[in-house]
Amino acid sequence: MTHNRNHSLDVGALARLEGESGLRVVVEDGSVTEVALNIFEPPRFFEAFLPGRRYQEIPDITARICGICPVAYQMTACAAVEDAFGATVSPQVQQLRRLLYCGEWIQSHALHVYFLHAPDFFGCEDAIELASLDRPALQRGLGLKKTGNLVMTTVGGRAVHPVNVRVGGFYKAPSRAAIRALAGPLKLALEASLETVKWVSGFDFPDVEGDYLFVALRADGHYPIEEGRVASSSGLDCTATEFAEVAVEEHVARSTALHARLFGRLPYLTGPLARYALNAATLSPLARKAAADGGLGPVCRNPFRSIVVRSVELVYACEEALRIVDAYEPPDPPALALPGMDEPVAGAAATEAPRGLLMHRYEIEANGLVRKARIMPPTSQNQLSIEADLRRVAENGLDLSHDELTRRAELAVRNHDPCISCATHFLDVTVETKP
Amino acid sequence: MTGPGRRPSLAVWKFASCDGCQLSLLDMEDELLALVEAVKISYFLEVTRAVAPGPYDVSLVEGSVTTQDDVERLQRVRAQSRFLVTIGACATSGGIQSLRNYAVVGDYVAAVYANPAYIRTLSSSTPISCHVPVDFEIRGCPINPHQLLEVLTAYLAGRAPRIPTHTVCQECKAAANVCVLVAGATACLGPVTRAGCGAICPLVGRGCFGCFGPAATANTASLAARLSADGAKPADVVRMFRSFTAGAPEFAKESAAHDT
Repeated sequence: MTHNRNHSLDVGALARLEGESGLRVVVEDGSVTEVALNIFEPPRFFEAFLPGRRYQEIPDITARICGICPVAYQMTACAAVEDAFGATVSPQVQQLRRLLYCGEWIQSHALHVYFLHAPDFFGCEDAIELASLDRPALQRGLGLKKTGNLVMTTVGGRAVHPVNVRVGGFYKAPSRAAIRALAGPLKLALEASLETVKWVSGFDFPDVEGDYLFVALRADGHYPIEEGRVASSSGLDCTATEFAEVAVEEHVARSTALHARLFGRLPYLTGPLARYALNAATLSPLARKAAADGGLGPVCRNPFRSIVVRSVELVYACEEALRIVDAYEPPDPPALALPGMDEPVAGAAATEAPRGLLMHRYEIEANGLVRKARIMPPTSQNQLSIEADLRRVAENGLDLSHDELTRRAELAVRNHDPCISCATHFLDVTVETKP
Repeated sequence: MTGPGRRPSLAVWKFASCDGCQLSLLDMEDELLALVEAVKISYFLEVTRAVAPGPYDVSLVEGSVTTQDDVERLQRVRAQSRFLVTIGACATSGGIQSLRNYAVVGDYVAAVYANPAYIRTLSSSTPISCHVPVDFEIRGCPINPHQLLEVLTAYLAGRAPRIPTHTVCQECKAAANVCVLVAGATACLGPVTRAGCGAICPLVGRGCFGCFGPAATANTASLAARLSADGAKPADVVRMFRSFTAGAPEFAKESAAHDT
């Protein structure tokens, strides 16, 4: 049987994602009638309990939204508070933040490429099964991940929920010796990342392209990680504060995550494909060569190939971390003291979490307590684009068997490394009392 | 419980959480491949599509209980698990999301969202042990991967896990850190917080904020008096005890005593 024109795919709980969600695709008489990424992760209400906390607590509290990308939360929170105070940290603090963030990119990208995404291309259930086919590959992935964690531990004191980050900078500047000791492992990681690009660019990719509206940061002369202005493939160029105005979130029944649209109308995509499309020219020469060797043009619209882009970003993050390590001067003082305040302030910032743009906006009372918090994580921004991908994949896969189409639909979601824990940090509630 | 030639089965379950504690399992990069040879991963959604039916020899449970569905799901997890271990502050004390337990419910309902009727949630975030018997608790926000490895190793060897129950303060002394509380009058929960992190906050010159929850013999009242003498206002004391392990009974009681 080759022409099954009716499908009803229901994957109750999607595996190899951070957090919990399911998908539903319905095909009737050869046309796709329904696609949905259902997010049922229970909300945790961060925006509801941040008000009343001291602004100094924001980085540590918001880190707990996501154990996979706590640094993204800490960096964005710090930058948003500093924006509220009109404060600019020293170049040394900025570089140390970028190094810490490179560590998280390396850890998170290695996790996604090797553990969450690659197994699909081998028809494996998981990375453990993949290891039985190609153990050196998995060991390479583990090595990369370990180096990312080592960078985070050295700079941040701990890999998951680092403790050394504070508004204005760091509690303590790591010693020169501690930072220089990262050079050896990072050089090995750089080699491993180049191997990674070679490995993944040989995978078999379905021929599907999305007509995405890309949104990513753009920074002066370098690939965006911890700072930049918000840009889009249709010419948007604005500050995080302005972006918070034009990115409008809506609440739908099937999801405990909000859906974002630009100007309240347009679905858009953040993450590696968007960063690459808007910033490829600012990659290092080595990363650009790896991209070219890996078969990438200046823009990649095939979501399945995001694994190649992610691997190119691994190359860049390793190289960038090495550059910062080589030039490291401990920031002195390790943190900028923020000015006192006599009236309420507000500020916003956006950074590039491994899986896409993360925006925080805070209003702070004159007594230093948070009045209002808004956090827009990458996955709620990407949710509509992921659903559009699901539709395309279903339309292109009508002749596949049910199992094959299910696998491909799951892969279409994993392509974007969605973090459901991030997406579902907020929402207000109808409270149901326990019976 | 393990017969010769049979690998014990391991299941990992997620409730309301950030995923960081289950990530700690994957953060044991050097031991991971050996671990998956020693145990069979039978259910671990973040890592594998494959699902093997229960019962499971060991279940690791991350996250707190915040929905009625999860109350029921947890009962099914318990029924299928021989040895149930909770991992992390959410599972052992309700996590940062237990701050909702102190909120006025109406404040939550009234605010921003267009369609609150789509959301079903309980008014509280509670630890796993509020709902089912727990065989062992691993503390931390996040857990220390070495402690997780110790608990799994002990299980495989048929012995009791060796996990310290003394304080961060003792850990800090053993590491010969300068005391941030005594030398710098920095508010620090180290004297009442359970060891396990390696005193990493005092190590960078900041006070402990209680990720591992109360130690075995936590004299929270004495510490609170000291913090107040150093200038902390009642609201500051409340916030200190009411963060990542706010729901732990000792910390909940101390925070309530200053919440006027």
